[in-house]
Amino acid sequence: MRYLPLNDTNRREMLAAIGAGSVDELFRDLPKAALASAKFKLPNTASEIEVERALGVMAAKNLSCGAAPAFLGAGNYRHHTPASMDYLIQRGEFLTAYTPYQPEISQGTLQAIFEFQTQVALITGMEIANASMYDGATACAEAVAMACRVTKRGAALVSGQVHPHYRDTTQTTMKFLDIAVECLAPDPAGIEDLIGRITPELACVVVQTPGFFGHLKDHTTLAEACHKAGALLVVCVTEPVALGLIKPPCQMGADIVVGEGQSLAGPMSFGGPGVGLFATREKFLRQMPGRLCGETTDEDGRRGWVLTLSTREQHIRREKATSNICTNSGLIALAFSTHMTLLGEAGFTRLAQLNHAMAVALAEKVEKIPGVKLLPSAFFNEFAVVLPKPAAPVVEELAKRKILGGVPVSRFYPTYPEVANLLLLCATETNTIADIDTLVGALKEVLS
Amino acid sequence: MTMPTTVSGNRGLQLEQNLIFEQDTPGMTAVDLPAAPKVIERLGDMKSTRRIGLPGMSEPDVVRHYTRLSQKNYSIDSGFYPLGSCTMKHNPRLNEKMARLPGFADVHPFQPVSTIQGALELIDTCAAWLKELTGMAAVAMSPAAGAHGELCGLMCIKSAHEANGQGHRKIVLVPESAHGTNPATAALCGYAVEAIPANAEGRVDVAALRQHLRPEIAAVMITNPNTCGLFERDCIEIADAVHEAGAYFYMDGANYNAIVGRLRIADLGVDAMHINLHKTFSTPHGGGGPGAGPTVLSPKLAPFAPVPQVVKIGAGFDSEEHAGFGTAKQSYGRMKGYHGQFGVFVRAVSYMMAMGIDGLRQASGDAVLNANYLLARLGTEMTAAFEGPCMHEAVFDDRFLKGTCVTTLDIAKALIDEGVHPPTMYFPLVVHGALLMEPTETESKQTLDKFIESMLHLARKAKAGGAEAAFKAAPMYSPRRRLDETKAARKPILRWTPSEPEANGNGARQAAE
Amino acid sequence: MSETRFTKDHEWIKIDGKVGTVGITQFAQSQLGDIVFVEVPPAGKAVKAGGEAAVVESVKAASEVYSPVTGTVKEGNNALPDAPETVNKDPEGAGWFFKIDLANPSELDGLMDKAAYDKYVAELS
Repeated sequence: MRYLPLNDTNRREMLAAIGAGSVDELFRDLPKAALASAKFKLPNTASEIEVERALGVMAAKNLSCGAAPAFLGAGNYRHHTPASMDYLIQRGEFLTAYTPYQPEISQGTLQAIFEFQTQVALITGMEIANASMYDGATACAEAVAMACRVTKRGAALVSGQVHPHYRDTTQTTMKFLDIAVECLAPDPAGIEDLIGRITPELACVVVQTPGFFGHLKDHTTLAEACHKAGALLVVCVTEPVALGLIKPPCQMGADIVVGEGQSLAGPMSFGGPGVGLFATREKFLRQMPGRLCGETTDEDGRRGWVLTLSTREQHIRREKATSNICTNSGLIALAFSTHMTLLGEAGFTRLAQLNHAMAVALAEKVEKIPGVKLLPSAFFNEFAVVLPKPAAPVVEELAKRKILGGVPVSRFYPTYPEVANLLLLCATETNTIADIDTLVGALKEVLS
Repeated sequence: MTMPTTVSGNRGLQLEQNLIFEQDTPGMTAVDLPAAPKVIERLGDMKSTRRIGLPGMSEPDVVRHYTRLSQKNYSIDSGFYPLGSCTMKHNPRLNEKMARLPGFADVHPFQPVSTIQGALELIDTCAAWLKELTGMAAVAMSPAAGAHGELCGLMCIKSAHEANGQGHRKIVLVPESAHGTNPATAALCGYAVEAIPANAEGRVDVAALRQHLRPEIAAVMITNPNTCGLFERDCIEIADAVHEAGAYFYMDGANYNAIVGRLRIADLGVDAMHINLHKTFSTPHGGGGPGAGPTVLSPKLAPFAPVPQVVKIGAGFDSEEHAGFGTAKQSYGRMKGYHGQFGVFVRAVSYMMAMGIDGLRQASGDAVLNANYLLARLGTEMTAAFEGPCMHEAVFDDRFLKGTCVTTLDIAKALIDEGVHPPTMYFPLVVHGALLMEPTETESKQTLDKFIESMLHLARKAKAGGAEAAFKAAPMYSPRRRLDETKAARKPILRWTPSEPEANGNGARQAAE
Repeated sequence: MSETRFTKDHEWIKIDGKVGTVGITQFAQSQLGDIVFVEVPPAGKAVKAGGEAAVVESVKAASEVYSPVTGTVKEGNNALPDAPETVNKDPEGAGWFFKIDLANPSELDGLMDKAAYDKYVAELS
């Protein structure tokens, strides 16, 4: 087997040094009965070419977004990946290193994390950010748990405009801690009243910007109401590219900002792995989950970086830790960071403008289709439309024509018949005007 | 010892590199984009005109920046990485190539199911391998990492207890030697934690465990092979006792690499176990993730598995994405976005196919052989914490340093100068001054012999005395020498901040109010 | 009356009338190493004997400081959070954590005096 360097001569010599007769002898602590019953119906070793062939066949069964006009968003976005970004994250020194526990020989990873933390703090406008969480949905759950620690309260209110997977993940995680999470009904019209529902028991209110259905809303008044009631405002961002163009969460008074970095960190990869972004105010530092990288100096007085404040974490605090997270999303955070560095301020804002322009171009044509109604008046690169008939079969029909024409909202809310006709459409810089015309032409046919 | 200085601060191939924020050329970008169509903006009152503060750099400078940073890292590609409990094995590049096939990388999680049959098949293939290898009834694919898999297992256990009218069980037993994620996970699942002691052999004290078992106990979490690198010989007896007491047996599979392809986890009486694909199945650690922690489940826990679940329908596949429906009738819900760590699944399947069952069995054999070789050869100068044979990792304590001023930390830092990544230090906590070495199966005898030579030399040097100053000064040859962690923690600097004149209009300052 | 008593968790309490001053011992600070963070209780907080009253952290360890006695916190040492190194430098003097109004002075009888504590520590190392 090509991944295993020992040969039988080596093995014999090593067994002799150990004083064992066979490798099996080294497994003598394993229960005999279990060893005897171990039979596996699995294939034997395969050559590289055979593996490529088998997986190539499997991959070819998918319709990849590059092979079809694709307008899918709903928390996972297709953006262009600069070639140098994918090259850099595949450098073995990044790819095949462990968590930087030995700082003297991990300065590369550590400096990249420090830069990542700064970039996340800058785009969200918050004071500090951590070294990453698993993904946006788990980061949202962690934010609610943290809000409960900060406020010493045990309830949360989640907007109907928050991504359904973030809502579900938060509700699931919190129910095991007996924290009451109230998720409001999906709010495609953008009319829900959150302020009126704030109670003195609430640890936090969770909203999303841009909202799941595309709405751009200023949550400043909500933040003020939260703070007045002693609660925190948690703001989710599923499309961080938007932060290059829209008012950042910090300017609305957000206390914790969580998000998904995937859209800037490479391929969609069927939704994972992503990278959870987590930013907050400095005064909540001690209650933050996850790793943190900090600046210091070495014995020669040179600047360097270390993992710090680890007394919050599981390996020291054990059952009193702020979270159980250990492995996070290091490499995807690096991808996010290299992409942000390649973009810079000018590239990041231009990318955001281009996304918005493509989405407006799409909206202008879609809203002219008879019977189709655009829901948000202000949006970034994604919006919900009401179709004259159920959206799921429409999307299936479009797929037959090799068009990936958006995400039907019913996929997330099977128990809400009122969302059956809703379709989420998204456009990014990877779409062309020709793509848009193809979609609009096909939609007209399917709807007529 | 003073190093000769250079004007630049560089030392040959060791190149100093400022932060990106200190290399800003305003307006510069390394990404050119097509022109935007002319449209009337629809941003309402939400348009921002702030300056964010991101630095501008050209493509050559960015490539050089990260290349230089990468050169300050030690990695499995560059050398021996015997970091105990982390399974730092070779990461085949075939896995990376497969994960980048457009049919896997360029698919969206919410495409119509008819267009993602290959993606669902890939998840099902990964699940099928894991179920066959472990003999377990089901596997939850969504956990994002080991600790997340632990949480998945305990959530299944809590849901099962509640469904069976056993909601009063509020305590989880965890051995003292356990990894910190075990108690942290139990707490996150709303459980109280009780520690159970180890015996002198480095294994769970079964008698003490029995004494702790009572109607309040929900589960016992045991790492096997354990954090001392030993197989819990009594694990079937433990499982029986746990079940008799009405509790469930969670086995932490962090060290599964030692036994993969040798026995089936189901035969040990396990109810739930997570598998770190980024350890046993060779997906890269990436400087701290992403990993994946699929969790195999016994028939009693399987009904409570989280969503989404891949479902076989005729010749194809469907995706059950909602608790309360179809196969997920009793599911406890969703614990992560989308379909789990799909890109990691692709890499793991690529590895499993390449290895095959014969290769996996050979791998666990070689991993255990390599660890025992270290135990035997190093045992002459160092003090093994427990009697062998060990499994895939060997743990030494610091008795061999008694009477010297040299500590475990000093040995570790001296190993850096020898060009080796230090073993895990001071873990497990039950071993004084522990050095936990996990060589993995992907190291040659030659590599091990070189490491042994360095290690024996350092042990002798420490014991001979007179070398304390040299040990305390190590490492000398790494990009940085020992870093001041106290300073970092006392006055935390967690981000770059612009110097005052630049700060005007900066978002960070506004947030600071 | 002024005397100092010790707990098995390595806290000391110095009694002055009905007020006790609490800190961690020289031995405790030497075990923790460089202290990087301290959290002291606010005045008015009610604490129980053996209950968590303060937090002390080094780079690699975190520990609760338990109150040796039941009572109400009179004052926390607010100089400590900004200068946690004081606990290393002068643990049984300027590095005190909080002052407490004793609810039940008889609880002191269950604590060790200096000689007993020194013997206890000697047996640990």
